[in-house]
Amino acid sequence: MNQRFLPLIATIIVFVVGYLFCALQFNHFATLRVVMNLLTDNAFIGIIAVGMTFVILSGGIDLSVGSIIAFTTVVLAVLIGSWHVNPWVAFAMVLVLGGAFGAGMGAIIHFFQLPPFIVTLSGMFLVRGLAFVISTESIPINHPLFAQLNDIVVVVPGGSHLTLIAMVMLVVLGIGTVLAHLTRFGTNVFALGGNRVSAQLMGVPIARTTISIYALSSLLAALSGIVFSLYTAAGYALAGTGVELDTIAAVVIGGTLLSGGAGHMLGSFLGVMIEGLIQTYISFDGTLSSWWTKIAIGVLLFMFIGLQRLLTVVWAAKASAPSRPASGKAAPADAAGPRPQRA
Amino acid sequence: MDGPQEKPHLLEIRGLVKAFPGVLALDGINFTLRHGEVHALLGENGAGKSTLIKALTGVHPPDAGTFLLDGVAIAPRDVADAQRLQIGTVYQEVNLLPNLTVAQNLFLGREPTRFGLVQGAQMRQLSRVLLADYGLDIDVGLPLGQYSVAVQQVVAIARAVDLSAKVLILDEPTASLDLQEVAMLFTVMRGLKARGIGIIFVTHFLDQVFAISDRITVLRNGRLVGERVTATLSRRELVGMMLGHDLAAQQKQGPADAVAAKGPALISFRKVGKRRYLEPFDLEIRPGEVVGVAGLLGSGRTETAKLAFGITRADAGTILVEGKPVHLRSPRQAVRLGFGFCPEDRKVEGIVGALSVRENIILALQARRGWLNRLSRREQQAIADRFIKLLDIRTPDADRPIEVLSGGNQQKAILARWLATEPRFLILDEPTRGIDVGAHDEIIRLIKRLRSEGLALLTISSELEEIVSYSDRIVVLRDRHHVGALTGSDVSVERIMSTIAATGADAGARAPAAPDRPLASLTLP
Repeated sequence: MNQRFLPLIATIIVFVVGYLFCALQFNHFATLRVVMNLLTDNAFIGIIAVGMTFVILSGGIDLSVGSIIAFTTVVLAVLIGSWHVNPWVAFAMVLVLGGAFGAGMGAIIHFFQLPPFIVTLSGMFLVRGLAFVISTESIPINHPLFAQLNDIVVVVPGGSHLTLIAMVMLVVLGIGTVLAHLTRFGTNVFALGGNRVSAQLMGVPIARTTISIYALSSLLAALSGIVFSLYTAAGYALAGTGVELDTIAAVVIGGTLLSGGAGHMLGSFLGVMIEGLIQTYISFDGTLSSWWTKIAIGVLLFMFIGLQRLLTVVWAAKASAPSRPASGKAAPADAAGPRPQRA
Repeated sequence: MDGPQEKPHLLEIRGLVKAFPGVLALDGINFTLRHGEVHALLGENGAGKSTLIKALTGVHPPDAGTFLLDGVAIAPRDVADAQRLQIGTVYQEVNLLPNLTVAQNLFLGREPTRFGLVQGAQMRQLSRVLLADYGLDIDVGLPLGQYSVAVQQVVAIARAVDLSAKVLILDEPTASLDLQEVAMLFTVMRGLKARGIGIIFVTHFLDQVFAISDRITVLRNGRLVGERVTATLSRRELVGMMLGHDLAAQQKQGPADAVAAKGPALISFRKVGKRRYLEPFDLEIRPGEVVGVAGLLGSGRTETAKLAFGITRADAGTILVEGKPVHLRSPRQAVRLGFGFCPEDRKVEGIVGALSVRENIILALQARRGWLNRLSRREQQAIADRFIKLLDIRTPDADRPIEVLSGGNQQKAILARWLATEPRFLILDEPTRGIDVGAHDEIIRLIKRLRSEGLALLTISSELEEIVSYSDRIVVLRDRHHVGALTGSDVSVERIMSTIAATGADAGARAPAAPDRPLASLTLP
C-alpha cells in the first residue's frame, strides 16, 4: 500500500460518509439534482482549487485568488457593459491579464527570494484595491451571450442538468489532474515542494517552474472570475472575499500537505465538494445559521492537519528505525557490481 | 597538452587556491584521480576537503588553479554543470527528494514521455533494470523516503552514474550506515571501479579507508600533506599525517605544575551513555583537576560534553555530584548544579551576537536566578566590568554588541558568562578554536588559573599539544567509545596518537569488507 494515498483515502471516506449522513437526514438529498447543484454552485472554487493545489504542492501559497475573482468580474462588467467590448475578447483579455499578473508574482517570489505569503498578500490587497478603484458598486452584466452561455446545459436523468460552468470546472480539473500527475511539469512541482535545494541540484528548472505555477494559479483565478460573473451576472469588487482561504482549506482537507510535496488533485476537488456538502446540509436544514459552515470547515481542517502530522511523524519514525525490511533484499550476493546500463 | 603522455589521468587538480575572507581555505592543492580508482580524501575539520569538493563541483569557483578532466581543462559553474561535465556528487545528506518515488528520483528531468505525458510504467521498468545492476530489488513506485538511507545512497549513486559520470564524489556516504549497508555500498563502489569510474571518497572512518581505497590524499589546514598508496601506509602514519605530527620522538610536555588533585570526586559519571550516540563511559573529575578529552573529529568528544551538561539526555548510567546521585535532564538543571558549558561552535551555540558584551556575560547568571528576579542594571554593570577586567576582554565598553569583538574576546566573554555563575564544574569544548595566537595563550593560562582555584574542568580540544599542556588526565575516544584514560607520565601527544590509532585488527584492515567485520571502528572527519 502506498502511504502517500492515505490522506486522499481519508478525504474520500469523509465525503462518502458525509454524503450518506446527509442522505439519511433528508429525503431528496441523494438525487442527481443535488449533485449537479453542488457542481454548479462550487464551480468557481473548484477551478481555483486546481491552481491552488499546484501552488501548495510546490510549498507555496496564493492569497490573491479571491481578489483576482473580484477584479475579473468588475473588469468584465466594465469592458462589456460600458466599453461594449465583445465578451469573448474581454474573456481573453482578463485571462491574459491574470496569467501575466501571476507570472509577475512568481518572478518576484523566485528572483527576490521572498516568501509567497507576503508577495501574494500584497497581490491580494493590490488587486482588490484596483477592483474598488474601478467601481465600488455592483455592476450588472446584461449581455445576451451571458444568457446564452448559461443556457448551455447537459440534461441528466431526473430532470436535472449539468451547467456550462460545472463542465468548465470538470474540464479544468481533468487537465489539472493530468498536468499534476502525468507530466514533467507536475513532477517538477512535487520536486519543488519536496526540497527546493535538492530539486535545484537535480536540475529542476526552478525559475521557470515557480513562475509557471503562480501564472497558472492566477490564470485559473481569472477563469474562475469569468465563471463567477456568469454565475452572478454581475461584476462586484466585494466578490470572492475570503475565497482564497476557503480554497486553501479545501486543498488541505483534500489531503495535500500544506508544506508541499505530497497530495492529489482529485483530493482538492473532494475538499471543495465537502465544503459544498456542508453548505447544502445547512440550507436543507433551514434552521441552522450559515456560519455553521465555517465551524464545520474549521473542525475538518483541524482533523486533517492532525492526520497529516500524525502520518508524517509515523513515517519519520519508520524511516529512522534500525530495522529496515525494505533493504533486506538489497544486499548484493557477490561483487559483480553494476554493469554498463541501458544505452 | 602534457607532452607525449600515453594517457592523461582521469582528473587532475593543479595549484588549486581558494580564499574566503580571512581564511586561505585551499593553498595550492594538487590532486590526481586515476581511472578506476577509489581515492580517499582525508583531513581533520577545516582541512579543506569540503572546499575542494565545492570548488570541483562549481559551488565555490576557485581563485586559482586548473581542473583537467581526461587532460581537458574544465571550469564547472554549478553542480548541474559539473554533472554535465560528468562529475557526479553524492552527499552524506542524500540530495534526492524523499517525497517522490524511487523511479521519479532516478529520472527527474529526463522522464520518458510520449505526447508530453510521462510514461510511468516504462520509467519504473527502466528503474528496476537500472537498480538491478546495483543488486537492489525494491518497489520503485514507492516514495524514496520510505527506504533506508543506504538504499537512498545507492539510488543517488545510480542516478549520478546513469547521468554518465566519469568521476563520482562520495561525500561521507557511510556516516549514517550500519555495517551491512557499508558492505553493500562497497560492493557498488567496486563495481563502479571495474567500469573505470574514478571515485573520490570522503569519510570519517579509517577502517573504511583501508578497506576500499587505493590511494589516500591528506589535507591539513588547506594544505596538501601528501598522497600515498594505501597499501604502503600504516594506520599510525595516516593518523600522524592527519593530525600533523611526525611520529618521531614527541616530548612529553605534560603539566609540570600539576598538583595531582586528590580526594573525593566532585562529579562521577557511572556508565553514562546513550544508544546510537555514545557508548557508556565512566569518568570522575575532582576539584582542581583538568580532564582532557582527545580523539579525532566525530569520535564522540562533543557528545561526551553534551551528555555531561544535560543537553542530550543520557539513557543509561548515573551521575553523582559529591557522591549524591542527581538527575540531569536539561542544561537548566546542570546550571543549578553548578555546571557550566562553553560550546564548540561559539557563533551558533555560544554568543548572542546582537546583545551587548554585558548582556552576554550576565545571561547564564540571570537564567539561574530566574527572569523574575532580575539583576539590576548596576549589578549587571559591576559583574560585566569585573570580568572584563579579570579576563582582560578587549572591548571599548561593556555595551558594545558582542559580535563586533574578535574571536578570542568572544570566547573570554563566554567564559565570563559561566564564571559569573560561580560554577564548580566547567566544560570547555574547543576553547581555543579560531582565535589568534596571543588570545590562545591567554585562554590556556586562564584554564590553569581556574584549576588552581579549585574548579573541576573537562576540556575538549583537537590541539594535542595544548590539551597535553594543561590536562591532569586525558580521556581518549574512538568511534564513540571511551577507549583509554591517560594519567601521569602517559599524558603525551605520542600516547594519545597511539591510543587513537590502536585497533584490534590491524592486520585485517586491507581485507575486503565482510559484513560482519567491524568496518567502523575508527572515525575520522
